Amino acid sequence: MASTLPTETHPILGKLSMSAFPLHEPIVVATFVAVVLGGLGVVALLTKFKLWGYLWKEWFTTVDHKRIGIMYMILGLIMFLRGFADAIMMRIQQAIAFNGSEGYLNAHHYDQIFTAHGVIMIFFVAMPFITGLMNYLVPLQIGARDVSFPFLNNFSFWMTTAGAVLVMISLFVGEFAQTGWLAYPPLSGSTYSPNVGVDYYIWALQIAGVGTTLSGINLIVTILKLRAPGMGLMKMPVFTWTSLCANVLIVASFPVLTAVLALLTLDRYVGTNFFTNDLGGSPMMYINLIWIWGHPEVYILILPLFGVFSEVASTFSGKRLFGYTSMVYATICITILSYLVWLHHFFTMGSGASVNSFFGIATMVISIPTGAKLFNWLFTMYRGRIRYELPMMWTIAFMLTFVIGGMTGVLLAVPPADFVLHNSLFLIAHFHNVIIGGVLFGLFAAINFWWPKAFGYKLDVFWGKISFWCWVVGFWMAFMPLYILGLMGVTRRMRVFDDPSLQIWFVVAGIGAAILAVGVAAMLVQFAVSIWRRKELRDETGDPWNGRTLEWATSSPPPDYNFAFTPNIRDLDAWHDMKQSGAQRHTSGFKDIHMPSNTGTGIILSGLCLVMGFALIWHIWWLAAGSFAAVIAGAIYHTFNYKRDFYISATTVTETEDARTRQLADAAGA
Amino acid sequence: MLSQLSKTHARLRLLPLVAASLPLLSGCGLVVLEPAGDVAQQQGDLIVLSTMLMLLVIVPVMLLTIYFAWRYRQKNKQATYKPDWDHSTQLELVIWAAPLLIIICLGAVTWVSTHLLDPYRPLARTAPGQPVAEDVKPLEVNVVALDWKWLFIYPEQGVATVNEFAAPVDRPIRFRISASSVMNSFYIPALAGQVYAMPGMETKLHGVFNKTGEFEGFSANYSGAGFSNMRFAAKSLSAADFDQWVAKVKGGQEGTLDRMAYLKLETPSEKEPARHFASVEPNIFDAIVNMCVEPGKMCAHDMMSIDAKGGAGIAGIQNVREVTYDKLAARGTGDFARWSVRYVAALCSSPLMSTNAGPDATPVNPAPLSGAGLPRPDAAPQKTALAVPAAVTGTIS
Repeated sequence: MASTLPTETHPILGKLSMSAFPLHEPIVVATFVAVVLGGLGVVALLTKFKLWGYLWKEWFTTVDHKRIGIMYMILGLIMFLRGFADAIMMRIQQAIAFNGSEGYLNAHHYDQIFTAHGVIMIFFVAMPFITGLMNYLVPLQIGARDVSFPFLNNFSFWMTTAGAVLVMISLFVGEFAQTGWLAYPPLSGSTYSPNVGVDYYIWALQIAGVGTTLSGINLIVTILKLRAPGMGLMKMPVFTWTSLCANVLIVASFPVLTAVLALLTLDRYVGTNFFTNDLGGSPMMYINLIWIWGHPEVYILILPLFGVFSEVASTFSGKRLFGYTSMVYATICITILSYLVWLHHFFTMGSGASVNSFFGIATMVISIPTGAKLFNWLFTMYRGRIRYELPMMWTIAFMLTFVIGGMTGVLLAVPPADFVLHNSLFLIAHFHNVIIGGVLFGLFAAINFWWPKAFGYKLDVFWGKISFWCWVVGFWMAFMPLYILGLMGVTRRMRVFDDPSLQIWFVVAGIGAAILAVGVAAMLVQFAVSIWRRKELRDETGDPWNGRTLEWATSSPPPDYNFAFTPNIRDLDAWHDMKQSGAQRHTSGFKDIHMPSNTGTGIILSGLCLVMGFALIWHIWWLAAGSFAAVIAGAIYHTFNYKRDFYISATTVTETEDARTRQLADAAGA
Repeated sequence: MLSQLSKTHARLRLLPLVAASLPLLSGCGLVVLEPAGDVAQQQGDLIVLSTMLMLLVIVPVMLLTIYFAWRYRQKNKQATYKPDWDHSTQLELVIWAAPLLIIICLGAVTWVSTHLLDPYRPLARTAPGQPVAEDVKPLEVNVVALDWKWLFIYPEQGVATVNEFAAPVDRPIRFRISASSVMNSFYIPALAGQVYAMPGMETKLHGVFNKTGEFEGFSANYSGAGFSNMRFAAKSLSAADFDQWVAKVKGGQEGTLDRMAYLKLETPSEKEPARHFASVEPNIFDAIVNMCVEPGKMCAHDMMSIDAKGGAGIAGIQNVREVTYDKLAARGTGDFARWSVRYVAALCSSPLMSTNAGPDATPVNPAPLSGAGLPRPDAAPQKTALAVPAAVTGTIS
């Protein structure tokens, strides 16, 4: 049972007291000790090597889209390790909780773990990863110097981070929600979840949601306004197209999430009855609203990766992308249709046959443009010269994995089939099949593909291949049993089981998860080995894969200003076209370049929002009011900051570009 | 299109065999594909049919992926290389048409099957070729999801059970489903698909057992700490055994399930053994659905009718009371905000509205296999549906 919290709210500490610290949970205490020791180690090292100033000046306060992109990826990676640890804990619990055994996790702990796993993986792993990717690549692909609103970009990143920090705090102070990742009321209402878990959930998502929405606006404006001359919409790289669509989805759907969580907040904090059982509330309304955000969300996650696969397939097949136009229209179709299918997440609520059929068929219709995309990648490979580098391997693995996930998804869209498979482990297997097989495989393809662009050296192939095979094999071993268990009628979020015949499948899934863990470890080793051997793996050309789009035209890593001269675009594959036509780099005539200045406002405001979130969670009203006032004051103060921009002098640009000229000459000579 | 579909349906009877013959899938108790009830069987068959339909496009795509990946590898210099080939109108047509055709077929199957297998629709048959006779009334069972156990009320028999459900084989069962506190999902995989159990709401489900035996039922929607143990035995009995079972329940130790007994029962508990209530207060299920089991609380239907007439105005605010009976704190979490635990006091109560009067929809003759002309579930009952000879009905399976 949950720890009992004091009913009185302390004037200074709110609901916070010693009982909020889960000292009775040895797993949490051990984790806490490890985190503290690790954290102290990092702090000591940073201090020893005097890196604090560097980090603050060059990274935390940066408005450079490339550095912010990298920071998003690091955030995603760190949170991924947390979310993955949750997954392993669940797999172990489900593999042993048979024959009367309660396993090693009590309900209070286990229910937090599956909730945190979902929340973290979607909001603080997948979202930072794709936002980071879009941040890094979109301005380079369209030949821009930065995003449209560089300060907003820094602020968005730190707001997302503040949300992630809040989730991490919940591990050691108080508890996280025990509601499942979408926190359906009435369970998530104050009546049935009176403690701080759901409040952590609400404020973490609200704070991170501000970041996500602003970043969506930023990237839409960037894509629409900052494209290099000549790059009409139908000459944009496919990744930029899919990013545009994903950000349109973000801007159109995240406000719904914000609103529905705000209503839940009012229910919990002010005593309104939007989603309560009594007094006219309707929990069903929450479920509708949250899925009106939630379904577009899955396309927000997958669309940018569809773009990645298009770029990778075309580059490594040494061929133009097949059916660019139909690819773009397929993306737009998916964008629009993704708003018309939310009800398929709850056919079993009793909407009636005609409503269910409509949403079921609308869902299936999405598989038509998605199928067309798959064929387009297929025919991009057709009559190509396929190089099996790591990004291409991930792409082929994606194509073979994702079709199965897509098929089971369409199956779940048939309402009568959903009645027997809804909430089952079949569903779990399905969405891991598309999210791991689609989003994660795409991210791994992207990381291997663009790492040389970001850092100037390739990733180690040997460890990359070990990671690849562990992921592919581990994925099938971890989730095939779940498909079968779903057909055996096993439902999700179970902590203990009665039927001993199920155990073998959970054990197999557990072994699969262990193989995945090896894959994760191999990937970390791959990064470490590559950093260690960066001299051998160095790429001097800036174009290690014989790339086709504009980001490969500049050096690796690109200079702060990306392009000394804004390129003129004639063709879809702009860089390929330049190489074919023998376009020459400019080596003289450089001008001053106008750039945005770094600012600490983003991290400070987000830090204040973090404090405000924490205060609201624990009902520390004075601190909440104070930090809110500080956020407003800080934002106003920032408007008086007139040191917002500077010029990179023509001399500096010339020096940088001359160095690049020498580097290219050396590379060509060697 | 339709003839194509019915052919597919005819072939569909073989499909479970195909599925069962797959070595991986046989012999591990795939209750979803091999259930004990006609409705679940049709749903399971639909899974197989849909999968087969989709494999028509999935398998070629996977094979082509592997073939192209191998054929056009860099080392194979024999293979054609056309770096600038990026468009073919014919190919694009095929690319869009192939998934479209599959989805047209699957969409038709979806429309028809969703209407025929609507959980709100009374059954027209108990098994393939066995239409329900007009005089057969379904067994009425009212289901309430409690924290964390299941209450089954049998209005005809006047008994109630906890965590034990029984029904006579081959007789249609009509469930009315609700919940006391949070959302659950009522699911007996061997019988029929699931439907949510929601507080203050009533959902319906129809099903039938075709085999006797003891199966498992549970909640398929997470509902809090005791969720994992929200399991119950679902017994399919012969008619005689069912009568015996009812007699046994009537001799149960728990006495009458009246309002006070219900309020005691709904406080959270886990791993409840089966319990038998020898008798039941009439209309208690309707009181549960209207959330007015507690004495003095206004029933939802009264509230709605007052609201429909413009509400009680300012006076209505005066009518909100604090609870005296606190079912919520008992969920074990202690502290909660006091203001959330208020209720509207009953003004003058009209008799509980039973939604139980009459069938909730028309049983459907599935023979024409077209869902398009089906009346909506709330339409007036028609006489035509069951008058069709047995030879004509029951072609869908």
